[in-house]
Formats: sequence, C-alpha cells, structure tokens
Amino acid sequence: MAGRALRLARQAPAGRRSFRSIAEPWTYLSPTLVLIALLMLVPLIVGIGFAFQNVQILNPFKRGFVGLAHFQAIANDPIFWLALVNTLWWTFASLILQFLLGLGLALLLWREFKGKRLVQAIVFLPWAVPSFLSGLTFAWLFNPVVGPFPHWLHALGLLASPDNILADPALAMWGPITANVWWGIPFFAITILAALQSIPNEMYEAAAIDGAGMLARFRHVTLAYLVPTIAITLLLRTIWIANFGDLVVVMTGGGPANQTQILPSYIFTMAFRKLDFGYASALSMVLLALLFLYAILILEMRRRLRSAF
Amino acid sequence: MVVAGTSQLRRRLGFFGHWLALALYVLAALFPLFWLVKIAVTPTDLLFGEGIRLWPSSTTLGNFATVLRATDFPWYFLNSVIVSLCTAAAVTVVASLSGYALSRFAFRWKNAVAFFLLLTQIFPLVMLIAPIYRLMTPLGLVDSLMGLILVYTAYNTPFATFLMQSFFEGIPKGLEEAAMIDGCTRFQALWRVILPLTLPGMGATLGFVFTAAWSELLFALMLISTETRMTFPVGLLTFVSKFSVDWGQMTAAAVLALIPACAFFAVIQRYLVQGLTAGAVKG
Repeated sequence: MAGRALRLARQAPAGRRSFRSIAEPWTYLSPTLVLIALLMLVPLIVGIGFAFQNVQILNPFKRGFVGLAHFQAIANDPIFWLALVNTLWWTFASLILQFLLGLGLALLLWREFKGKRLVQAIVFLPWAVPSFLSGLTFAWLFNPVVGPFPHWLHALGLLASPDNILADPALAMWGPITANVWWGIPFFAITILAALQSIPNEMYEAAAIDGAGMLARFRHVTLAYLVPTIAITLLLRTIWIANFGDLVVVMTGGGPANQTQILPSYIFTMAFRKLDFGYASALSMVLLALLFLYAILILEMRRRLRSAF
Repeated sequence: MVVAGTSQLRRRLGFFGHWLALALYVLAALFPLFWLVKIAVTPTDLLFGEGIRLWPSSTTLGNFATVLRATDFPWYFLNSVIVSLCTAAAVTVVASLSGYALSRFAFRWKNAVAFFLLLTQIFPLVMLIAPIYRLMTPLGLVDSLMGLILVYTAYNTPFATFLMQSFFEGIPKGLEEAAMIDGCTRFQALWRVILPLTLPGMGATLGFVFTAAWSELLFALMLISTETRMTFPVGLLTFVSKFSVDWGQMTAAAVLALIPACAFFAVIQRYLVQGLTAGAVKG
C-alpha cells in the first residue's frame, strides 16, 4: 500500500505537486492511524454500544437493547460505590508516595559521586520488573508462610499478630499500594532528575550573587523550574494509576469482600469472570466520564491559578 | 579555625546522610527481588522450618530444573518471546514511519494528530478488553498469538512514535535534503541515510516495547485460554492459582520471567529518560 502510494506520488506530474506534499506525511502516518482506528476506535464504539445492551457471553439468549438499565444498576450497585472510593484512595495514596519518594531519589542522584552509574542502575531496576511480577512478589512478601513482612510488622508492634494483611479487609489495600509505590518510584525519579538536569547552572550562580541562601535557591530556582514538569507528570500519572488494575487483579483479585476492588479491576472482573460485557462496558463509560471530569477540573484549576498570579 | 571545623563536620555529615539515604533506596529496590531468588533456591523441606531466615542453610537449583522439565513453563516462555519480539519489531517499523512524519513534515492537523496520540496514552485500555474479545472471536484471533501481537502493536505504537520522533529530532535535516538533491526519493533517503543513524534509537524502542509486551497481563488473560498458547504472565498466574503451595516452583518460574526483563533493562538503561518522557506517561 505505502509503496504503491509512494510510487504514484513519485510519478505525479509537477502540477500535482501540492497533492503529493499533502499526501506524503499521511502516507508515513497511515499504518499507525489504521492500527489505532481498528484496535482502539472501533472497539471503543462497539463498547459504547455494549453499554446500552445485554451482552452476556454465558447467556446468549438474553440479548437486546436495554437503554439506561445498566446505568441505573450501577447507581444502585454497592460494589461500584465501594470501588469508586477505593479507586480514589488507591490512586492518591500511590501517587503521593511515589512522587515524594521519587523526588527524594532524584535529589539524591542530582550530583556526582563515585559509583553513580551502578547505584542508578540498581534503584531504577524496579521499573523494569513486569508489573504482574511485582504484584506476585509483594503478595509473597506479605504472606506469613514465606514472607518476612508480617513478622517484621508484628515485631514493630504495627500488627497484633503476624497475619497476611492481604486477607484483612481494613488493611488489604496497603498491599497493592506498596507494590505500586515500589514499582513506580523510578518513573518519578527519572522524570524529575531529567528536569533537574535541564536547569542551567547560571541560574544558581545568579541567585548566589544576589545573596540567596540554600533554601531560597531551592525555592526560587529549583522548584520554579520543576513545577511545570511536576504538574503535567502528576496529572498524567494520576489518570494512569487510576486505570492501572493489574496489581489488584494479581494480588487480591479485589478481595477480601471487595475491599480492594478498584474500578479497572471491577471492570476486568465483570468482563473476564462474569463475561457480562454489557455491564462491564457501562462501568467503563462511567470510568471514562470520571477521568474526563478530572482532566477538565485540573485544566480549569490551572487556568484560574494562572490568572490569579 | 572553629568555623572551618564545623563546616567540615557538616560536609562529613552531609556526605554520610547522602550515602545512608542512597543505601536505603538500594536496599528497598533489591530486597523484594533478593527474596524471590532466596525462596527459589531454598529446598522445600527447609522453607517452613527455617521461616524467614535471610539465607537458607543449604541451597538447591532443583526448583529451576523441575520448572524447566516438568511444567508448561518452557511453552509460556517461548510464547512470550514470540509475542514480545514480533510486537517489538512491528511497533518499531510502524513507529519509525510515524515518528519520522511528526519530526520532518510540517502539515495541517499535525498538532491534532500528536494530541490524539497523546490522548491514547491516558485512555483506560481495560475498557476495550470486552469489545476486543467480541470483535476478534469471529476473526479467529481469540486464543491465538497473532491476536495478542495485533493488540499489543496497536497499543504500544503511540508511545513508540513519540520516542522515535525524539530520536529523529537529533539527526540534522540537512542530511536527507542532501541525499534528495543527489537524486534519492525521500523514502530512499530515509532508508539509506537516516535509518542507519537512528539504529541505537530503534534498538531502544525495540527494548521498551519488548518490556511492555512481556509484562502485559489483562488482555492476555482474556484472549488466551489454551495452555500451550499462554504467555508467561498468564501461565504464571494460572500456576499460582492452581498450585499455590508450591513456593519453590512458583518463585523459580518468576525468576526466569525476570531474566529477559533485566537483560532488556540493561540495553535500554541509557535511554530511560527519553523513553519515560516520550508521551510522558509510559509506565
């Protein structure tokens, strides 16, 4: 296809040059756009359709248009509301811990020292560990039979007895959050470190000449440079974590008693275990709408903050 | 003298604090992986008796031997290698073309295309699992490695496009202009002059996509059901839910799954910054 289009474009007479120059970038983009159209846009449209139908693979005779019935069911679904609260908790706890620990690591790596390359390779390694493996490893670390965590937490007086926190409804969410934080610190450390290294040295020299102390230099130079990067990274990462259901699926399957169920894991369970594609798609629409609202809210806040200063 | 003394003390303390804090990060990064290896080399009879000792009194490679000989893990490993390599190769080709377009052409809707590609990066892919399953069933792409490769290729292309774009930006435009003046078409110039120069970038893209495809779990769980077609994540999770007491074999298999990921990490480590900031959201 692409080859033929190129050949045609080459043979085109001089008068049609403008068409050729218009078509050329799209020729290079076409494989990407076709793939995305077929495997993202088409399924998205099909999914929107599913949200208003009964589509149960285990129950092929119960089919047809049901209007807003799924959405009414969602409004009355206690698991949905629980999963919504859990999603907020999961997202912001993971995000804040990843960010603070990642920022700390970036500041530590932001200077030359002996063996820096090796240290960097080791502290960034968790990023390369497949997420399902990170989940399984932490599930094993929290298991009192083979893992040390329950015993340590018990010795520190944080647990009354060395039990698996993944089986404790009140504490289970900390399991996936711990795995997520461990796994996500390198991402923040790397992006923040890149931003730190892009700060021109002259800025610090100028600030020092103006008599700025260490704290003032950190506040007015480092932070001022970091804030734009941090803001966009946090915004995008929030959405990414809110969509990230792998760790919950691997570590708890949403249990015990749905106490760790988050929206993406609930959607996945509905599609994978119950094979109820209609309800899963309706839940997906709600998730999409919430993410959209969040993005608009953040952009609006940014606009207001900008005009305030 | 006194002033010099305190400032030296402060520097020493600062050095020590810096070193201590880094040591904690190193420890935290390595400990879970160390523990995984530790369980894998512990003989089963010692596992329960010695509890949470840091290193068993005797070690064995028996768990690895059993996993490789008596289970389906070699299948899972092979399937994952096939899927990840094919995905990585396909994505690199497709993303090289689109990354080149974004880097070299000024055209209408260019910003719209870039924004659209960025949008796909924060899109909740989990919501496509059911429709994809439904759409792929009549096409015979369910329970086939081909189906997985198609899905992974599509979902990794946007991020890889941004990555390749950033590599193309580093190559002077004058190069292919000179080649085109010498009579090359643009595609020939790209193929003969530009691509050889982006080989390291293409290698990095290959590595990033391989790692992503190697880790994908949810689509593979949904789409694959036959034991011999499972990828590593699905196989391991199935094994865990079936034989959840065979700690040695589970962890030995997990260690095996870690090896390719670590190998590719070593390859792409130099490009981490570029990779993670391309599209700004790659996990």
